[in-house]
Amino acid sequence: MSSNENSIFKSLDWFTLLLYLVMTIYGAISIYAAKYNFEETSLFSFDTYSGKQFCWIILSLCLGFSLLLIDRRFYEAYAYPIYGGMMILLFLTIFIAPNVKGSHSWIVLGPVSLQPAEFAKFATALALAKLFSTYGFSLNSTKNIAIAVGMILLPIMLIILQNETGSALVYTIFIFVLYREGLTGLVLFAGLSAIVIFVVALKYSTIPFMGITVGEFCVFIILMVIIVGMLFIYCSSHFAARNVALGYLGSGALAVGAHFLGFDIHGYLFFFPVIIISLIYLAWEFIRINNSRILTTIGFAIAGLCLLFTVNFAFNKVLKPHQQMRIKVALAIEDDVKGQGYNVNQSKIAIGSGGLWGKGFLNGTQTKFGYVPEQHTDFIYCTIGEEQGFAGSVAVLALFVTLILRIITIAERQHTAFARVYAYCVASILIFHLSINVGMVLGLCPVIGIPLPFFSYGGSSLWGFTTLLFILLRIDASRSQYGVW
Amino acid sequence: MRKDYNLEKRKYVIGGFIVVLVCIYIVRLFMLQIVDDSYKDKSEGNAYVHKMIYPSRGLIFDRKGKLIVYNQPSYDITVILKDVKPFDTIDFCNTLQITRQEFDERLEKVKETKRFYSEQVFLAHINLVDYGRIQEKLYRFPGFSIVQRIMRDYTQPVAASILGDIREVNAEEAEKDDYYNPGDYIGDMGLEKEYEKYLRGVKGEEILIRDHVGRIKGHYEDGKHDIKPQAGHNLRLGIDLDLQAYGEQLMRGKRGAIVAIEPATGEILALVTSPTYDPKLLVGKDRGKNYVQLLRDNDKPTFNRAIQAAYPPGSTFKPSQGLILQQEGIITPSTMYPCSHGFVIKGMRVGCHGHSAPLNLRPALTTSCNAFFCWGLRNMLNNKKYGTVADAFEVWKNHLVSLGYGKKLGIDLPFESRGFLPNSKYYNEHIKGGWNANTIISVSIGQGEVLATPLQIANLCAAIANRGYFYTPHIVKNIEGVGVLKVFKTKRVPTIDQKYYAEVIAGMRGAVTGGTCRKANLEGIEVCGKTGTAQNPHGRDHSAFMGFAPMNNPKIAIAVYVENGGFGADYGVPIGSLMMEKYLKGEVKRKDMESHMMNSRIN
Repeated sequence: MSSNENSIFKSLDWFTLLLYLVMTIYGAISIYAAKYNFEETSLFSFDTYSGKQFCWIILSLCLGFSLLLIDRRFYEAYAYPIYGGMMILLFLTIFIAPNVKGSHSWIVLGPVSLQPAEFAKFATALALAKLFSTYGFSLNSTKNIAIAVGMILLPIMLIILQNETGSALVYTIFIFVLYREGLTGLVLFAGLSAIVIFVVALKYSTIPFMGITVGEFCVFIILMVIIVGMLFIYCSSHFAARNVALGYLGSGALAVGAHFLGFDIHGYLFFFPVIIISLIYLAWEFIRINNSRILTTIGFAIAGLCLLFTVNFAFNKVLKPHQQMRIKVALAIEDDVKGQGYNVNQSKIAIGSGGLWGKGFLNGTQTKFGYVPEQHTDFIYCTIGEEQGFAGSVAVLALFVTLILRIITIAERQHTAFARVYAYCVASILIFHLSINVGMVLGLCPVIGIPLPFFSYGGSSLWGFTTLLFILLRIDASRSQYGVW
Repeated sequence: MRKDYNLEKRKYVIGGFIVVLVCIYIVRLFMLQIVDDSYKDKSEGNAYVHKMIYPSRGLIFDRKGKLIVYNQPSYDITVILKDVKPFDTIDFCNTLQITRQEFDERLEKVKETKRFYSEQVFLAHINLVDYGRIQEKLYRFPGFSIVQRIMRDYTQPVAASILGDIREVNAEEAEKDDYYNPGDYIGDMGLEKEYEKYLRGVKGEEILIRDHVGRIKGHYEDGKHDIKPQAGHNLRLGIDLDLQAYGEQLMRGKRGAIVAIEPATGEILALVTSPTYDPKLLVGKDRGKNYVQLLRDNDKPTFNRAIQAAYPPGSTFKPSQGLILQQEGIITPSTMYPCSHGFVIKGMRVGCHGHSAPLNLRPALTTSCNAFFCWGLRNMLNNKKYGTVADAFEVWKNHLVSLGYGKKLGIDLPFESRGFLPNSKYYNEHIKGGWNANTIISVSIGQGEVLATPLQIANLCAAIANRGYFYTPHIVKNIEGVGVLKVFKTKRVPTIDQKYYAEVIAGMRGAVTGGTCRKANLEGIEVCGKTGTAQNPHGRDHSAFMGFAPMNNPKIAIAVYVENGGFGADYGVPIGSLMMEKYLKGEVKRKDMESHMMNSRIN
């Protein structure tokens, strides 16, 4: 099975390539708008950010084209060496990178600065793909899960050591890949529940209710719903689910009744006994019918309780003050309009003033006066929001969703685990960047400094995503050479 | 490879996740961009112009009601960045007589504030000529306007280090305190800094309406929403401006300080530091240049020696020793100690001068006998009732702290020094091979490790004059509309019983009538005093004096410290005495002494 260039370009996924071109050029034009300031300068002048970005785009097209010329087997054969090399580079970066606002993540090579963390993404994706394509590999064994998780944790730790927590968080999204390859959905559910509990407990941690806070009250209710729901759906034990639900409702009614009779009930003194009793009942139920999923449910509930009690501790003791403030701003607990909330507030004003059709290209006042810091990099989305309004903002989201769904489709049409896993890695990374970047610009999640793929200004980020995508295109283009066994 | 169709279904979970999330984002965008109008207003702010009205800063008067600091109008060029349209920058620069480079730098500075919709100061303090020129052309420079601001002015070129000055806030201050915008003024030193919150007043705001071409069409809703500015509080000082000016004249050509306190209230009558400067130097356009020059001056005119310099108190320390030794029962007024031209023990010697011996407390103060106080402290430290020497030393130190030494007194001026009192821990660390009463004996005569500010010396004198209490010394007598701050109305009582003061005061009176400070004697007024000659390892001795008058019902307590002035009687006593004469009699008769002091220089 020999490949030649002709066949590659015939089977290349041109639709994805087109999306890529539209997004990068759209990005460069937005950067021009974001940096526009009174004086007319050329869109393409190398003195401007947009001019440079066009230059980066051309360079990344060259890069992409070169990647397409490399035989697919190269990626498969050298996945581990590439990963290993990249990890060593990440490690060295900690020591050789200059201190930029506390982070050591940029390697300076003469006039060019590169961020290895951007390139470690594709390396990790390749290594994961290679691992999953190992003969006989399956996520049924704990050892295999440990290897996969270790492979993901290594770059996370190295990047945290560079003090770039934001970029490190990206790798957590590989949990989607593990999930697709067979990891139990319980893990996703647990992660999601943990985030919900954390957010609810914190967001309403200032309003007292029943001797506890509204946040804690809600978390208790959520926990009860989760227990009943898991019994019903996950354990398929309708009998136990009904008993527990009736128990909760009954004791709730008793508590409300007692309240009207003039008794003050402390939240802990109510929820604790009720939940513990229900868990003891479930333990007995487990012994009776020996359904191990009930045991999982009990563990889940206990973990939930523990999380509730550690939220305040973790928040106040583990996170640094500026991180706490970012989360508080995102959860609208505090309005730090002059400090941590400044970016988000200004970015909301910029987007909010855009209206349906926006103020028009180069007419954004927020933009023109540089109100929003980092507007050409992490906050590029708010330029689009201001100048192109709701229509433009939705269009950009639509482009991303189309690209991500397209990549998932590509993933599922692969015949090898290597290709599929790699494709899912690419999709997951884009999902993470899109969710977090747009979420922070809209003030829905904490400000984590990560770029919007293909749009944000910067060579490293653009080349990183280009590499990710073009390796995928290359692998996909030769899918027919790898027949169905 | 066989496909696992069960797992393939999971693509819907992953794809569904991003679709649902994006839907949430679209709803959020819809709320922000289409449902909620407030963001549009915030971003545009076109129709309304919020114009800040600056309040008049509080004035400063002396104790007799004489005006010291007042306001003068000054003009700033301001800019609202949002309204700037391309204009003839060369014409603009020429009119204001600034260079293109300066123009660019200033515009860049304004842009850095990120405040684009509000007025920002572009160029402060333009002179009247420039003001006239630019006013005619202002319409050619959209976005720029002229704002009248205040500048401080002074009736007399005195008391610079007390009054302080105002300057533009820095970026950090503007960020930290909502009151300030970049370009606003803030108190920088002295009272202007300390009483900033009272002096600055409350800003007002006018809301004006303007049409699409930027013409002002009047007040929004007839000014219903305008806020009137409230002027800052005026300050009435305890300072007697004449006495202050007189003190500064006496100190001319010398380095040092004078502090005069009204014992009954703790109000400071004069707080002189020398050398000093004309407060007008730090006003207006040349402020920056002058400020740097003052900082570079070797004599440090911005260093307020009266409260920031810690000097060895020398013999002015002895009255405090007389009090402590009596309080601790080490001596009674009749206890005699020998003096053989000094204190000699185990090969150690602290010299003294000729006077009759042995002697008790009163003549010891009158003649400023070193040996007496050395013996006293030695006997106290070695007294077994305290246990160890270190314990005895702590008792000694605590009495001094209660008399105002070793800690900041809490004057209403910034950067007060606390002076220095060693404790036993300090000696453990700094004297190798252990210490005892003999090794540290020189602290008993105000040498060695003890350091005090002139303010602390004057305050000790006030406490003695009051026979056992003092008020925290303070500059501001009254804040108009607020009153006297509570901290300055609270009596502070040292740990010395009242009955022990009489003998010390008698000794200080003796020093004036027939002892070391006879020059301080005033006709018809019973002056008490104590000289100090502080040994100075770096050069000539420092000349010091502390005193109060009249002995009964004292009106003024004073400390004078002249660096390298030699004996206490050379400079300290005459200057202190002239100050008392000036304050108590209103006019100075001893013209020879006066002109000698005013015209002598110490390099």
